[in-house]
Amino acid sequence: MAMNPMEQFEVKPIVPLHIGPYDVSFTNQSLFMCLVVALVTLFLTVAMSRRRLVPSRTQSMAEISYEFVANMIDSTMGDEGLVFFPFIFAIFMFVLLSNFLGLFPGAFTVTSQIVVTFALTAFVMLTVVVVGFARHGLGFLKLFVPKAPFILLILLVPIEIISFLTRLVSLSVRLFANMLAGHTMLAVFASFVVALGAAGVFLKPLAIAPMLMIVFIGALEMLVAFLQAYVFAILTCIYLNEALHLHEQH
Amino acid sequence: MDLHAAKMIGAGLACIALAGAGNGIGIVFGSYLQGALRNPGAASSQTTNLLLGFALCEATGLYGLVIALIILFT
Repeated sequence: MAMNPMEQFEVKPIVPLHIGPYDVSFTNQSLFMCLVVALVTLFLTVAMSRRRLVPSRTQSMAEISYEFVANMIDSTMGDEGLVFFPFIFAIFMFVLLSNFLGLFPGAFTVTSQIVVTFALTAFVMLTVVVVGFARHGLGFLKLFVPKAPFILLILLVPIEIISFLTRLVSLSVRLFANMLAGHTMLAVFASFVVALGAAGVFLKPLAIAPMLMIVFIGALEMLVAFLQAYVFAILTCIYLNEALHLHEQH
Repeated sequence: MDLHAAKMIGAGLACIALAGAGNGIGIVFGSYLQGALRNPGAASSQTTNLLLGFALCEATGLYGLVIALIILFT
C-alpha cells in the first residue's frame, strides 16, 4: 500500500457546481475556509457577549488577541495605522486559524494552497499601492528612490523596484512553503509509523520512535502556525507603513 | 538518463539550499542571544525583530524546497 504524503493537499469537490465553462464546486477547501470564518466570528461574538469590565477567561482571550494586533499596528505604523486594524486583524485571525486547523488529522490546510496565499498577498500589495497613491499621488514613486548619490541611483532604483515586486512572491511563498513542508513532514512520519507497525514482530515496538517524532513535530508545527501568521501580519504592517510614511524616520 | 531519475536527482540537489537556511537561522538567534546576555533589559524590545528575522531566513531556505517540489511534481 503506497501512502502518499501529498494526498492531504488534494482539493476534492463536495458539491459539484458549474457556471458555464467554470468549475465553481464547493470543495473541501471552501468548506474549511467557511469553517475558519465561522469559528473566528463565533469565538469573538460569544467571548464578548457579556461585556464585563473585569474580563472573564474567554473575554480575556478575545481581548488579548485584539491587543496583540493593536500593539503590532501601533509599534510599526503609529496612530494612522489604526484605520487598517480590521484588515490586519482579519488577515491575522484567518491565517492563524487556517494554519492551526490543518494540524487536526483529516483536516485540510487552507493556507497550504499557493492560490490562497497568493490571493491574500495580492490583496495586501493592492492595498499598499492604492494607499500609497491615494496619500502621496505620484510622489509615491519616491519610495523607490533612496537617499544616495546620483551615480548609485542608476543601479539602486531598478533594484528597489524589483525588490518591491518580489514581495508578492516572497510573502505568499513563505506562508505556503512553511505550511506545505510542516504538514508533509507530519504525513511522512505517520507513514513511517504505519510501515514499522506492519513489519515483522521485532520491528513493531520500534514504531514508537516515529510516533514520538510526530508529537514533537506537532508541537513545532503549532509554533510555526502562530509564527507564520504573526510574520504575515507584521510584514503587512511594515509594507503599509512604507506606503503611509515614505521614508520618514521615527 | 531517465527523466524520472533526473527529477529525483534535481529535487535532491535543490534541497542543499536548506543548509544556508540553517546557517542563517543559527546566526540570527546567536546574535540575539549574545546581545541579550550583554544587555538583558533591551532583550524584550527586540523579540519582534528576532521573530521577523527568523521567518525571513527560513523563507529563503523554503524557496529551495519549493523548487524541489516543482521539479518533482511537474
